[in-house]
Amino acid sequence: MQVLQLAINGVSVGAIYALVALGLTLTYKATEVLNFAHGDVLMLAAFIGWGLIVGWHWPFWLALPATLALVGIAAYGLERGVMRRIAGQPQFAGVMLTIGLAFMIRGAVSMGFGPESRKFETPFSGHTTHLGPVVVADLNLAIIGAVLAVTAALFVFLTRTRLGVAIQAASQDQLAAYLSGIRVKRLNSLVWGLAGALAALAGMLLSPITLVDISLWFVLLKSLAALVLGGFGSAPGAIVGGLLIGLIESFAGVYAPGAIKDVVAYIVLIVVLVVWPRGLLGEAHGRRV
Amino acid sequence: MRFAYDTSYRESRRLLRFASDRAAYALLAVLLAAAPFVLPVFYVGELTYLFIFALASLGLMVLTGYTGQVSLGHAAFLAIGAYAEALLLNAGWPLPASLAAAAALSGAAGLAIGMPAIRVSGLYLAMVTLAFAILLEHAVGHWSSLTGGFTGMAVPEPRLAGVSLGTPTGFYFLCLALLAAVLLALVNLMRGHLGRAFVGVRDSEAAAWGLGIRVPLVKVQAFVLSAAITGLAGALLAHQTKYLTPDGFGMMLSMQLVLAVVIGGLGSLRGAILGAILIGLLPSFISHLKPFLPDRIAKQFGLEIFVFGAVLVGFVLFEPLGLNGRWQKLRAFFETFPLYRRDTFRRGKAYMRSERYK
Repeated sequence: MQVLQLAINGVSVGAIYALVALGLTLTYKATEVLNFAHGDVLMLAAFIGWGLIVGWHWPFWLALPATLALVGIAAYGLERGVMRRIAGQPQFAGVMLTIGLAFMIRGAVSMGFGPESRKFETPFSGHTTHLGPVVVADLNLAIIGAVLAVTAALFVFLTRTRLGVAIQAASQDQLAAYLSGIRVKRLNSLVWGLAGALAALAGMLLSPITLVDISLWFVLLKSLAALVLGGFGSAPGAIVGGLLIGLIESFAGVYAPGAIKDVVAYIVLIVVLVVWPRGLLGEAHGRRV
Repeated sequence: MRFAYDTSYRESRRLLRFASDRAAYALLAVLLAAAPFVLPVFYVGELTYLFIFALASLGLMVLTGYTGQVSLGHAAFLAIGAYAEALLLNAGWPLPASLAAAAALSGAAGLAIGMPAIRVSGLYLAMVTLAFAILLEHAVGHWSSLTGGFTGMAVPEPRLAGVSLGTPTGFYFLCLALLAAVLLALVNLMRGHLGRAFVGVRDSEAAAWGLGIRVPLVKVQAFVLSAAITGLAGALLAHQTKYLTPDGFGMMLSMQLVLAVVIGGLGSLRGAILGAILIGLLPSFISHLKPFLPDRIAKQFGLEIFVFGAVLVGFVLFEPLGLNGRWQKLRAFFETFPLYRRDTFRRGKAYMRSERYK
């Protein structure tokens, strides 16, 4: 009973981690930049969603696609205007640049909106569904459903469409892709836009559960653990890792002593990286010299 | 352009080879020695903080700037040093012993983290250190019997041979002396065998192996050295703040250290000091600026972090060599005055360099 309830809660939180980790994986595969600003993009999206729904009284179903589009376009512009300038520099430059951008987004949001938390209503808020013996909040079901749908859509997009295959080709070998007539730069921007939209979706789904708050960016750190557990650079791994981290957290909250729940993801991250850096579904670990 | 004409081996081994350099550093030393007697107490405290921050930046510079190992969690070592110092002084240890023990303990923690962490590199190491810092902050907060938990613990006054160093002036000279000693040691270390091994590991691990450098050993040495220096800075920071809480050693402090190192210019000790000065002064500069800004922006606490981010982005995009690179360019400009060529410092065209295994 309780186990089942915990599992459902864990999966729904894990689905968010998976969504964030998926966005990180996409940009990492395309541009070899681990985007430390991803969590802040998510946070920005939550605030934009709040502004549209509460500030301008838009219905949720209009505000959701609008937020996704806005943030996606902003992320596209970010790659095109800023990230592209450091292509070819060591990975560290990408880490520093995205950390700087993350600080700027965080600062701008807190200057624009102020430090207090907010919340907005979704069509799912406050309803529950009985699934056999367990009671599940509709919001959690919506999250799991949305993540499943997005993952399936992404899978079809990346494997069955010309554009998706081109993105895969460019991620594997930029030069070869370029020589085959693929417009690699534009695709990289597109991937960043796509990842931005994914982050926006995660933000719009997560913030009704937590609150619309500056600290939403912390999801990024949990997703890094998911990314590592699933195997760095593997999209299926990101999904599996995200769900597992969600489950581990959910069970640690009940069965582990004290405040372990808050940090269990980081313990997993360290242990996996040190003992088993390849992760569950990762590619062979190594560096080209 | 100045050229050094050496007439003996001794001369070519000197740290400061030109009379003008020696004069400049002597002037700096005199100014720093006179500062606490001339400046108001507030500025003496600020300077002391800058010294401590510069010491911690030097620690991170050894690891990130010289050895190429990114740590996003160096505040953890500051915390270990600070708490060790407070606990040992409470246990009745004399100041020199407690400072040394704080550095040694932090170095030992660096060994414990470094041994497994060097198995991973690049982004993975960044993530491990980040996670370690979060875990440590959490552990310090929850281990109340030892650290006082989130309510914090007071730090005893530093005393040396019966004389109190708790006065602003006394503590100023303690920090200045330690900073100068560490800086001198590092300058010499970095031009010796070990320092060159660090740089070799940073620039190409394969080439370093080929030259007979034991890469894992060198990485662990860099990790321990870096953690020990940062721990020493932490011990001094404990006396500067006088009261320790886990929030004081959060992720923002780690990030400030990384910022100082990157903005100063990776791979130079001067850069670590310049970066620490800039990052250490930025918050008070911003608060001085606030009266001139529109109320709406000035009242929000996000301004500071925004400026930090903007400075970092600016440097990564426009001056990847940091303040030290800018300094060298300025210097070259004046030394070669009418003949300065901008292309001297132009980087070659960079292509996408994959760090993935194929």
